[in-house]
Amino acid sequence: MSNRINHKNSRVDLNRPLTFTFDGQTYQGFAGDTLASALLANGVKVVARSFKYGRPRGIIGSGAEEPNALVQIDVGARTTPDLKATQVELYDGLVAGRTSGWPSLAFDLKSVGGKFSRFMPAGFYYKTFKWPTKLWPFYEDIIRRAAGYGKSPVEADTETYDHQHHHVDLLVVGGGATGLLAALLAGRSGLKVLLVDDQPELGGYLLSMPNVLIGGVNASTWSANIINELQSLSNVTILSRTTAFALHDMNMIQAVELLQDHLPHAVRKNAQRRERLHRIRASKVVLATGAFERPLVFGNNDLPGIMTASALSTYLNRYGVACGKNAVIMTSNDSAYQGAADLAAAGIVVTIVDTREQINPEWAAKTNQLGIKVYAGYGISEAIGSNAVQGAQLVKLGSLKNVATAKGPYVPCDVLASSGGLSPTVHLFCHDGGRPQWDDARLAFVVSANGRAKDGIFCVGAITGVFALQEGLANTHNTLAELLAGLGKTINSSGLVLETDEISVTPARRIFHVPDGKDGHGAKAFVDFQNDVAATDIHLAVRENYRSIEHIKRYTALGFGTDQGKLSNVNGFAIAAEALGKTIPEVGTTTYRPAYTPVSFGALAGAHVGDTFEPRRYTAMQTTHEQYGAEFEPVGQWMRPWYFPKPGEDIHAAVNRECLATRNSVGMLDASTLGKIDIRGKDVREFLNRIYANAWSQLAVGKCRYGLMLDEAGMVMDDGVTACISDTHFLMTTTSGGAARVMTWLEKWHQTEWPELEVYMTSVTDHWTTAALVGPKSREVLAKLCTDIDLSKDAFKFMDWRDVTVAGVPARVFRISFSGELAYEVNVDASYGDYIWNELMKAGKEFDITPYGTETMHVLRAEKGFIIVGQDTDGSVTPFDLDMAWAVGMKKPYSFLGKRSLARSDTSRTDRKQLVGLLPEDPNVVLKEGAQLINSSDITPPVAMLGHVTSSYHSAFLGRSIAMGFVIDGIKRRDEEGNNIVYAWAEGKAVKVKIVSYVFVDAEGARHNA
Amino acid sequence: MFVIKCPHCFEAREEEEFSYGGEAFVARPESPETESEENWGDYLFMKRNPKGWHWEMWGHSTGCRKFFVLKRNTANHTIVGAWTLAEARKIYDAEEAIA
Repeated sequence: MSNRINHKNSRVDLNRPLTFTFDGQTYQGFAGDTLASALLANGVKVVARSFKYGRPRGIIGSGAEEPNALVQIDVGARTTPDLKATQVELYDGLVAGRTSGWPSLAFDLKSVGGKFSRFMPAGFYYKTFKWPTKLWPFYEDIIRRAAGYGKSPVEADTETYDHQHHHVDLLVVGGGATGLLAALLAGRSGLKVLLVDDQPELGGYLLSMPNVLIGGVNASTWSANIINELQSLSNVTILSRTTAFALHDMNMIQAVELLQDHLPHAVRKNAQRRERLHRIRASKVVLATGAFERPLVFGNNDLPGIMTASALSTYLNRYGVACGKNAVIMTSNDSAYQGAADLAAAGIVVTIVDTREQINPEWAAKTNQLGIKVYAGYGISEAIGSNAVQGAQLVKLGSLKNVATAKGPYVPCDVLASSGGLSPTVHLFCHDGGRPQWDDARLAFVVSANGRAKDGIFCVGAITGVFALQEGLANTHNTLAELLAGLGKTINSSGLVLETDEISVTPARRIFHVPDGKDGHGAKAFVDFQNDVAATDIHLAVRENYRSIEHIKRYTALGFGTDQGKLSNVNGFAIAAEALGKTIPEVGTTTYRPAYTPVSFGALAGAHVGDTFEPRRYTAMQTTHEQYGAEFEPVGQWMRPWYFPKPGEDIHAAVNRECLATRNSVGMLDASTLGKIDIRGKDVREFLNRIYANAWSQLAVGKCRYGLMLDEAGMVMDDGVTACISDTHFLMTTTSGGAARVMTWLEKWHQTEWPELEVYMTSVTDHWTTAALVGPKSREVLAKLCTDIDLSKDAFKFMDWRDVTVAGVPARVFRISFSGELAYEVNVDASYGDYIWNELMKAGKEFDITPYGTETMHVLRAEKGFIIVGQDTDGSVTPFDLDMAWAVGMKKPYSFLGKRSLARSDTSRTDRKQLVGLLPEDPNVVLKEGAQLINSSDITPPVAMLGHVTSSYHSAFLGRSIAMGFVIDGIKRRDEEGNNIVYAWAEGKAVKVKIVSYVFVDAEGARHNA
Repeated sequence: MFVIKCPHCFEAREEEEFSYGGEAFVARPESPETESEENWGDYLFMKRNPKGWHWEMWGHSTGCRKFFVLKRNTANHTIVGAWTLAEARKIYDAEEAIA
């Protein structure tokens, strides 16, 4: 059955047929069609089943407002769920699937339950599935499956996306009549203008009313002339298929452009992006976003074949689709008449049901002339039909009140449309805090033309409540004149005649829900189609004492769907207002939030996926590490070798081998990623005294010291070794992940509190490359390459540094240790990094030198009880909690950062959680990091939590598991035999653990001092 | 997503370049050791957190690394200006004197 007609000025090309499939059936459409128009042309009425009741649903709208026709487009990696058929451009070979209806569109199991829908009102799920709590996972599974909606792709997306930034003088959102005019007037003045429009073709609603005359020419010609001129202006850019979906602070607008989804697969280019996210900074914004027509609410208004009057008109005029042969159109205003006239002219039998007793005399004459029957003062109380609309039951309305005064005639039809007036598309205007105003004359939430001119946001056309074309063009002209005058420019409207041949508008009837005289017991009248919210549900919510519209929304799910209530919200607010006995402005609107329409994750991510997800930093030895077969782990932005497996080794085997080699002979770690801050100036010592918990006044040139950095609350925030290069020059190291944060911290204190101190900070993290040579044989390895100083135990002591030459390269060597072993950290200019690493490897060959990664580093430091800030601390830990009073210089004259807080009553409590060592009773059990520590093996709730495990490893050197963790009063319990047993509870098991000192290896320091 | 004009660089740049530094002009007590627990607690934790105009510190962390002061309306994100610490102090003190 074809509903396609050869309609004058339609935008489809009947010479270019296209083939597509929907729900397994093959159909034909034409270039210029949307999936929706092509389905309607093929007489497909049922395209979905409703969310809650499984009722058959058809296409209602023609654009972003569509609530029902959610479809799954394409297959495999390209598949996209829940697109609106009204927004999917047809291409040859398009494959579309249904997203609801089980087992099929023709029969949905839920519809059986739907027969009992009286027992499934708003809040049904909340009330029914609340008990017993235990069963919720079971309910949820079934409810989610029943809910339908499309399927997410399971394959990785093979297509690419990107972002583009714009800085323009003026952004115009919307390419309809007023947007085109605004862009032209601004373009002529020389402003840098960007025009975005969501459709494939500019023109907006003019595409649906191509025969209206503007300045004596028809709308198609009028807009073609403007588009031609815009394209000739080099300062104007036009983006079609581009939806502005968010407006943020300071006129930052995000828009997404569809680049390829409208093309047949064969002609899509691999190098082309699928979508592009435009991030637009605009000095001024003109919102010409138009309006959506809202339907009237009446019984069975969800039957397939029922749509908005504007959609019916759009399908006829733009797509050449007559949605039926016998149309009934109900309206409360004049806007439906032009479409009705167009339908009649195309040979369709049209009946108008006008809720007003007095209809526009001009339209009365015209409808009479066209043979359109008009029932004035009537409404449709109920649509009749089962799987498609077959007729309308009319009802006589009261002259003053919206009540049913008498039953009206029954009018058979195969398509039914309604118009309840227009709802301006105020979404973007409201995203960053703007509020629309209720206009009681126009029955709409509108914004004034100068909108938020102070913020640079101007509104033109239907968004301001100006719905007539001629008036909208005039208001656009005036608004642009004001906007341009504010920029010192004059408006140039030469050659533009903005008069139209529209019939002047008469007042609308204030009606949202057509009464059926059945006092709530009539057929279901839907407000929100996507969420199956009926008028009775809103009344119920009010009866159950919901008062705020935001609460009513959440209780009923009004406006919650992917259509975000574009058709339903205003009707819902009006019905709620009536139920609450309030006015519509008193009830207000819910909050409009981005995004205006759904946006794909791909577009939001852009190029920030996979290897380009975020910047990655590599050390100078990266290539060599890869050659050694290193596995890597991210540390902040750095990629660090994690471990170096030999063939056949897993991580445990590799780490055990690396640990033993290092403790018994020599290992080497790439330590280049540690943050390094070069600090100079005459007041460096004093600055460090204030920044660090420990003292720096006495540190001699050539020496290093470990420092703990506290925040003002006394909590450990970073640590590292700082070296005294000279009295006015220190080199600070920070944790790998904390370098930038520490730098900002130092700058902040210096600039805000201590500007009198002369210090200069420079980040030198990547100026240096660091190879840490670790183990009892490290001195012998270094000695082979470094002959210009005495490396002996007493000449180059633990915690000394020296400027030397290593393998012919200038190097700064620190004798410091993060493993407890004799160790040297060899720092060279980063460009020598790879060279020095390889030279050290060669020199260490005779000792079987073993490169190791972060995992072995972690085990070695834990064996020695060295903390890792961020793993063993979490911002709530003082140095005393760590049993590190030795690193706090309480006698320093200046009250260093955090010092006062260490004496706060809370931080100085003795029964805080304290860091201790933990030895599992079973040496083969490695505790779970994060396991809760409890007092007994009885895990029946309630269980008192004493602390948790922060670090836990198998130590190959000790031949057993070790761990560190926090325990309330742990330091005291550690030393009390009989009180030193706790249990580590994770994954349902409680493991017996003994509290011990956290130094497991070489407590006296003989190894690092060797 | 603000655009902030750094008073040191004289450039309007995207918010991403900056880091928030908390309420401005929260002075560290002269001698913390003698502050009462309550005063010290106020200094640490009690911030104005107003709905409306707020003097706040920002750092141009990926730019010149200087800290400066913004006056911003927390309710609608209007920024009236950004000044160096010293310039802002004068304006702030004058405003406080009136209030």
